[in-house]
Amino acid sequence: MPKVSMTVNGKPASGEVEGRTLLVEFLRDGLGLTGTHVGCDTSQCGACVVHVDGKPVKACTIFAAEAEGATVTTIEGIAAEDGTMSPVQEAFQTHHGLQCGFCTPGMVMSAESLLKENPTPSEAEIRDYLEGNICRCTGYHNIVKAIMAASGQDVSKIAAE
Amino acid sequence: MYAFDIERPATVSDAVKLLKESDENQPLSGGQTLIPTLKQRLAAPEKLISLTGIGEIKGICEDDAGRICIGAGTCHADVAAGAGKYPALAALAAQIGDPAVRNRGTIGGSLANNDPSACYPSAALGSGAVIVTNNRDIAADDYFQGMFATALDEGEIITEVKFPVPEKACYMKFVQPASRFALVGVFVAKFADGVRVAVTGASEEGVFRWTEAEEKLSGDFSASALDGMSPPADGMISDLHGSGAYRAHLVGVMTRRAVDAAL
Repeated sequence: MPKVSMTVNGKPASGEVEGRTLLVEFLRDGLGLTGTHVGCDTSQCGACVVHVDGKPVKACTIFAAEAEGATVTTIEGIAAEDGTMSPVQEAFQTHHGLQCGFCTPGMVMSAESLLKENPTPSEAEIRDYLEGNICRCTGYHNIVKAIMAASGQDVSKIAAE
Repeated sequence: MYAFDIERPATVSDAVKLLKESDENQPLSGGQTLIPTLKQRLAAPEKLISLTGIGEIKGICEDDAGRICIGAGTCHADVAAGAGKYPALAALAAQIGDPAVRNRGTIGGSLANNDPSACYPSAALGSGAVIVTNNRDIAADDYFQGMFATALDEGEIITEVKFPVPEKACYMKFVQPASRFALVGVFVAKFADGVRVAVTGASEEGVFRWTEAEEKLSGDFSASALDGMSPPADGMISDLHGSGAYRAHLVGVMTRRAVDAAL
């Protein structure tokens, strides 16, 4: 079996994979990084979003072999090494941007990318950016609120619907 | 998925060589359609030849004729950000799928697949683009040959797409919300010598030119020139998302909206 090597959350990672091994399978089964979730496995739901070379992609729709040499960041690489949460993670907790939590890793990874591209997004821009991240619990309201709060915007006037 | 090997050549010529080794070898671009297809076991290649490591087919430039030339391996997000000289094309790229899909899916992959509801075929046909492969140039009018069918030969790879830039253009997409493909999408482009109207999502034959609307708009580029017009419902896709008659009606509506919004 061919070997792949990449940098995952700042550390070198390598392993043997089949041609058909998906990146998400390599991360979860090969490296034990089970924070990245598989929701639909059909590139619809976004629970598997990770960053490859700084860009959000669906880890269920890229082969591990295609990430050869890439820099990959998963949800495990978002908090600081001492466990301090990122502003986005912190805001998800403060504003209750989750219920069951299954979609949350993908939501946080997409939100991190959005704020890198657009540091103070409008509510409409946030909802548009999350088009490929599906949540079946929250109705998105507190997710959007959390991302606005993480961007430093005043959310006190947004009702907790 | 059935088992297969995967190779990642660094040049177009190496990719073509690998594809010619076996009829069962298949090219893989961004994979946003092919990987779901493989998961459903609807394809069983012996070897996938990944084109994502080929630097020479990525990027956007302008040629001496003023055409926007997009490398086939350029992802939708890069077209959305980098095709500013052709705003309607950049806007179309920004509406495909979702942000994560746009970071993987490529223009070459979309055109090679020619999904009847994909966005890019309407831009290529509506602009009269030239599809460049590893061994020839193909005019968009000759390239699209029906649902999932193109002029590409076995083992032929798209390397670049050259878009003439119209005076005004607009893509209007009526989104099918579950798949984010076009239920109906219309690309209208006004050139000095006439108007082109290309429709995706509607016909069982895949992307097509609505020539009746082109003739009217070439004489009078206004939405009112198309009052009450829509193409015949015969041959339109009929499925649980909409009947053929509904899609035919939408083509008229979306074309008029595109003309109104053309920049």
